[in-house]
Amino acid sequence: MTYRDAIREALRKALRADDRVFLMGEDVGRYGGCYAVSKGLLAEFGPERIRDTPLSESAFVGAGIGASLGGMRPIVEIMTCNFSLLALDQIMNNAATLLHMSGGQFNVPVVIRMATGGGRQLAAQHSHSLEGWYAHIPGIKVLTPATLGDAHGMLLTALQDPDPVLIFENALLYNMEGDLPAGAGPVEIERARVRRPGRDVSVITYGNGLWKSLEAAKDLAEKGIEAEVVDLRTLRPLDDRTLVESVSRTHRALIVDEGWRSGGIAAEVSARLLEQALYDLDAPIERLCGAEVPMPYAAHLEKESIPQVATIRAAIEKMVAAHG
Amino acid sequence: MNGVREHRLELLRQMLLIRRFEEKCAELYTQQKIRGFLHLYIGEEAVGVGVHQALTPEDAIVSTYREHGHALARGISPGSVMAEMFGKQEGCSRGRGGSMHLFDAKTRFYGGNAIVGGGLPIAVGLALADKMRGKTRVTACFFGDGAVAEGEFHECMNLASLWKLPVLFVCENNRYAMGTRLDFTHSVTDLTKKAGAYCVPAAAPDGMDVLAVEEAAKSAAEYVRTGKGPFFLECRTYRFRAHSMYDPELYRDKAEVEEWKKRDPIPALIRALESGGKVDAEVAEIEGQTAAEIEQAIAFAEAGTLEPVADLLRFVYSEKAPA
Amino acid sequence: MPSLGADMTEGTLVQWNVKPGDRIKRGDIIAVVGTEKADIEVEVYETGIVEKLMAQPGDKLPVGTPIAVIRREDEAPSASAAASAPPLPATAQPAERVKASPMARKLAQELGVDLEKIKGTGPHGVIERHDVEEAAKLKQAAMPAAAPPPAPPAAVAGMRHAIAVAMARSNREIPHYYLSTRVDMSAALDWLQECNSKRPIETRILPAALLLRAVARGLVQVPELNGFWADDRLNVAPDVHLGVAISLRGGGLMVPAILSAQQKTIEEMMAALRDLITRARTGRLRSSEITEGTVTVTNLGDLGVETVFGVIYPPQVALVGFGKIVDRPWAAARGMLGVRPVLTATLAADHRATDGHRGAQFLQILDGLLQEPGKL
Repeated sequence: MTYRDAIREALRKALRADDRVFLMGEDVGRYGGCYAVSKGLLAEFGPERIRDTPLSESAFVGAGIGASLGGMRPIVEIMTCNFSLLALDQIMNNAATLLHMSGGQFNVPVVIRMATGGGRQLAAQHSHSLEGWYAHIPGIKVLTPATLGDAHGMLLTALQDPDPVLIFENALLYNMEGDLPAGAGPVEIERARVRRPGRDVSVITYGNGLWKSLEAAKDLAEKGIEAEVVDLRTLRPLDDRTLVESVSRTHRALIVDEGWRSGGIAAEVSARLLEQALYDLDAPIERLCGAEVPMPYAAHLEKESIPQVATIRAAIEKMVAAHG
Repeated sequence: MNGVREHRLELLRQMLLIRRFEEKCAELYTQQKIRGFLHLYIGEEAVGVGVHQALTPEDAIVSTYREHGHALARGISPGSVMAEMFGKQEGCSRGRGGSMHLFDAKTRFYGGNAIVGGGLPIAVGLALADKMRGKTRVTACFFGDGAVAEGEFHECMNLASLWKLPVLFVCENNRYAMGTRLDFTHSVTDLTKKAGAYCVPAAAPDGMDVLAVEEAAKSAAEYVRTGKGPFFLECRTYRFRAHSMYDPELYRDKAEVEEWKKRDPIPALIRALESGGKVDAEVAEIEGQTAAEIEQAIAFAEAGTLEPVADLLRFVYSEKAPA
Repeated sequence: MPSLGADMTEGTLVQWNVKPGDRIKRGDIIAVVGTEKADIEVEVYETGIVEKLMAQPGDKLPVGTPIAVIRREDEAPSASAAASAPPLPATAQPAERVKASPMARKLAQELGVDLEKIKGTGPHGVIERHDVEEAAKLKQAAMPAAAPPPAPPAAVAGMRHAIAVAMARSNREIPHYYLSTRVDMSAALDWLQECNSKRPIETRILPAALLLRAVARGLVQVPELNGFWADDRLNVAPDVHLGVAISLRGGGLMVPAILSAQQKTIEEMMAALRDLITRARTGRLRSSEITEGTVTVTNLGDLGVETVFGVIYPPQVALVGFGKIVDRPWAAARGMLGVRPVLTATLAADHRATDGHRGAQFLQILDGLLQEPGKL
């Protein structure tokens, strides 16, 4: 099963279980989904529940908000986070704020999914990683599933949430093969998880960064360096407790984040670790982030712009160099 | 003819309530009881009141930051609106919204929105939900002539038309988008033509005539309820006061304002009533009741309480799942 | 004013052994405090200079009231002292601040190591944790004969006294009842062996961690055994802070707590236990760990004792005891006799808070949990 299949399974389960749920977005129906996530769903559920929209991000995201206010449970698919900017007003000024502006009267149970990330030579306008940026906004939840279990289970949990949930799926993960245990269901969405226990450094990451970090950790184990890899899973709210607990044992932290460095989610995690675990730190916190340049097209430059297994490995080695 | 007279007196009562309420707000604003931005509906009462005659309690309303008139016409109590503007937790949005963000779940009043054009997609979505649930309710969506230039207007008209959604788009064309006149905003100033571009039927009643607006709105709402799709109502109206309290109105002639004041919807309705006999007594009674109602609203607001500061971080997420 | 026992609420300062300006080091006796029972010597856990004394002999103060301020060598004198004085001349300024990581600083303080005397091996000569640990070891090694015991004699006397007070109170006030059960540990030990075969020595899990985990989970199901007797009633605690009885070389006994034990996995419990023992023995416990236990576990199996009849540490309401795992004849399925590794687990409980029924349920649950170690 692939990550894509796992999401489709979740969509199917949700559509079957609750007739308030429907999927809406560009090319989700007849095209089968830009990333083939919704392939086959139109035939199974019909055009009322799998709705192809015009290229009108603001209108259809806002319509998702309105439909959720009106009692439905829409899943809005924005093709990629790059296009979500056209709907940013609806997300920030309506979805995230209606509950508050109405003094608690109107909650917005909308789920918005988008593909994110770079690495396929799609250049500057198609390679953003904006999940960290969205995590700045109070009133929404921002999920970044990296595993099949999470891609599947987080969507199911998001549909139960009374408030807006944004789910960012790294486009490079769609083809990833893995296992989804039989009977897999909703998973909690507010805790980070230690994916690989370790001793020498806490590598804190999410999305595709998880798999690169795990590979780097595996390589380094042969050299006697035991890196603990923590999957943030959710960028808003952040699970401080798990992060602090990890660093209190390893005394070093490396944050791997594909988004741009300045003011990104890595900066936020770093600040929280300084606030809550300063006296457990034996070295400065390091961040390995997206280079601060619009994504270049040329393959070698693009590769250089995003954290890779080799750079993660090198960063860990450097941090652990003196005393192992 | 009594029924007609009664009804017209009712329309008058509603318009006068809005007028006197708004006048009071201006005064209270100068006394700093109301803060932030204040956008008054004075001059446009016929639109709000007229359209509301076509709506039922099951219908929904999405509005703009100039929504006091809509809120009052919809039946949200003046006290609750005033308390909201005073920032008290007894206000309809608990003091969290202010003048531009009046919300009321009981009357399906989905706000006050400060982003021009920001409410249209929400209205489309509410209508979509109704359609998917097989309900024949109308979602009335108010917006101004400025919003018609926003991308959201075009996206929403297209989507509502394409999916045949039950939205009553009501454009309150008061000829000025803040300080920019219609002909400096639109290449096509007959806004009904834009509806036509999306195959949406349209009408353009005289927005200064509450009876005309009422008639057009009822017809439009009836159409929408049949499920045939959205309707676009362009109400040509005028605001007698500035865009908001901070506006020195450098963009229009005083003479123009005076011309439009001659078409004030309230005296116009009174003249219409007088054609059936004197109304001085009734008008005086309405004025008296309205004044009392507004005084009561102010007293309610003054007596209101502030939300505890310790509760600041509430309403970011829901506190319990809705039923 | 230090807390020198669970039931101590205030103390009287009897005398100071130091005055402002004196240099002190960790372990020095800085004062004598009078409690209900006796006068107790108070040791200090800091190394530095006495800056200010905030209590006078004869003052009776609640536990927790600050009674002295100690300044570390490398800190500047406090602002209040400097405020009224003219700015210090350049020559009197403290030496340039030593570069050390936050972890290293904290450790240096706990271990009584002088940062200024350490050469750092981190980037740009920064002192790191490793450097402090090495320095501490050297310091120990340099004083072989007079190796300072983790619990200096005076402190042991104080500690014994406090234990005496608490145990006497316990015996006096708490109506104990005792229950014991025998637990077949074969499933648990098999599981541990399987689990540990894949682990490096440093992270192997000891049976003790399994027992602690089972106790924590058992208490979640029987919360009346986890809390305090106060104001004539049971106050159930929301978290399980497992007090682990640790004996110290030199005769002391400490019962620091593993905080929020119910949330820890077995690995986490083992790590916490290992860490706690190390720090207890080197005197580097945090006060919250010493004072916040909500229940106590005593594991004397290593000493060959089969059954533990413990004394509850007030104001807790229970104490779980584990003895040695002994091979015993055991009635296996179908009336067949086999041999199993058996552990005797005991519960000492406060009869004001629970009765035997509840206590028995706890032991039954504990047994059940230990039969399915994979689920712990």
